[in-house]
Amino acid sequence: METTPSIRVKDLTRQYGALTAIHKVNFTVNPGEVVGFLGPNGAGKSTTMRILSGIMSATSGSAWVGGICVAQNPHEVKRKIGYMPENNPLPDDMRVVEYLRFRSRLKEVPGHKLRATVQEAMEICDLARTARRKIIGTLSKGFRQRVGIADALLGDPEIIIMDEPTIGLDPHQIQGIRKLIDNLRGKHTVIISSHILPEIERSCDRVIIINRGRIVAAGTSTELREEFLPSNRFSLIVEGNETAVAACLASRGIDAAILESTPIAENRFELNLRVENEGNLGPQLIQLLSNQREFILHSLALREPNLEEIFLAATKRSWEETIETKPKISA
Amino acid sequence: MLLISPPTYIAAVLFLCLMGFLYWAILRGMVNTPLETLPTVQFFSVFWIPVFFVVPLLTMRSIAGERSIGTLDTLMTTPTSRVAVILSKFAGAYLFYMLLWVLTIGFPLITEKLYPHAAESGALLEVEPLVGSFLFLATSGLLFISIGIFASSLTRSQLVAGMLTFTTLFVVIIGGQQMGNIADSGGEFSSWAVAVVNYLQIFEHLDDFSRGIIDTRPFFYYASTAFLLLGLSTLVVEAKA
Repeated sequence: METTPSIRVKDLTRQYGALTAIHKVNFTVNPGEVVGFLGPNGAGKSTTMRILSGIMSATSGSAWVGGICVAQNPHEVKRKIGYMPENNPLPDDMRVVEYLRFRSRLKEVPGHKLRATVQEAMEICDLARTARRKIIGTLSKGFRQRVGIADALLGDPEIIIMDEPTIGLDPHQIQGIRKLIDNLRGKHTVIISSHILPEIERSCDRVIIINRGRIVAAGTSTELREEFLPSNRFSLIVEGNETAVAACLASRGIDAAILESTPIAENRFELNLRVENEGNLGPQLIQLLSNQREFILHSLALREPNLEEIFLAATKRSWEETIETKPKISA
Repeated sequence: MLLISPPTYIAAVLFLCLMGFLYWAILRGMVNTPLETLPTVQFFSVFWIPVFFVVPLLTMRSIAGERSIGTLDTLMTTPTSRVAVILSKFAGAYLFYMLLWVLTIGFPLITEKLYPHAAESGALLEVEPLVGSFLFLATSGLLFISIGIFASSLTRSQLVAGMLTFTTLFVVIIGGQQMGNIADSGGEFSSWAVAVVNYLQIFEHLDDFSRGIIDTRPFFYYASTAFLLLGLSTLVVEAKA
């Protein structure tokens, strides 16, 4: 039996006057997945999330959350979603436990479960012992963020949407939040937006890259690697003549290009090499480049393109595409 | 939100200080020049002074404040209907406003305790004008608080909401009275215009209520306008999300 996707978005478009925030966005998120929503500032991440959570309506297109259409039944959709907005707004005058109780009541948690629900959310976010009765206005940024996440977890929602949960946190706190997201995997469907790439790469099963309101790439980071940067890349350290390296490779029928060459010491270079050939290239290159008279090979390592490079390649490609589709202005 | 925020209590303290002072001033005035009206009636006839600052202070934060810090968004993601949000904001502010007025009963009680001979005449705590005045405050409060809620729903700045509330209240309370004066003095108003102006006379309503004349027309005026304004606030909140 085919399971209903947690989130399905079809041709979603939102316009603010003349500005198109998102244009014909399509994607699907399956139950239990942790999906990262990646894009530069102003790409349309928050707009998509706000539409999904039912705060804002779309100009056209449709979105289904847990099989329910957001436009037709926003009330029911809100029961399935725990949403943490960008900048995590919280009332400064309330105590943590008071706020979470108040939010649970708003989220229709029955009275007899209220205490247990709040306690559970506080324990997951490590607030129960440290910040339970503190006034929210006096909390540090990391704790405020945890309160926001605890709020999103209240009432055990099927889907948790977090808009930039790690913004402004120090590395320790980021690690804490990453662990927290790991704990949610499998139990909830989680969507996280961010423009911090390593963050998304570590915590998400799948990545959706959005730029200028359009989805430019979607898939696991391995899939994206293959799609956007298919050729193999190697990082070498050689002593001697760098042009000889290229010549040596070309003479043996290897289609390689030196992308970057950085001198690291006298007569020693670090080369960033792109090889277009198929097959087991590592051993082949080691064999070819050793025992050469013009240069000495010190090290050779396979470089896996990180998400940052994929992101840059994907957004660059989308820019080129949008420029090409624009009508040319004649001189 | 209303009961946990310091501005609410500042408004309450200011209100009680000012009303206490006014009550004292009225009693002093009565000692010097005896009047026919009861101190209670006189006291409630200056209701507009505290309304001008208490209503904006109580309502300006309600929606504008939540919108400016962003908690309105989090509120909108819960399965709570927008009507419920507006009504609860209204109910909170309205009940607190009425509580403040109920607390003013303390003034005649204190006077009675301190000067038992003054109370012997029974002029301080006469029930009928008290009930009438409270009934007036309760019904007019519906309109005043809903003006505040509506102004607050229009903007994200609390200051703008406060100013809007103040000016609207000023027009509604003083404007009605001024129009009444014009209608009385000049003969150019046609009879239906005079009827309309009389309908909107908030001071006349107070006079009637405190004399024990309970008319249904003011009830209708306050309740229907309040209903309209709260409905509009719901629409504004929905559209401005």
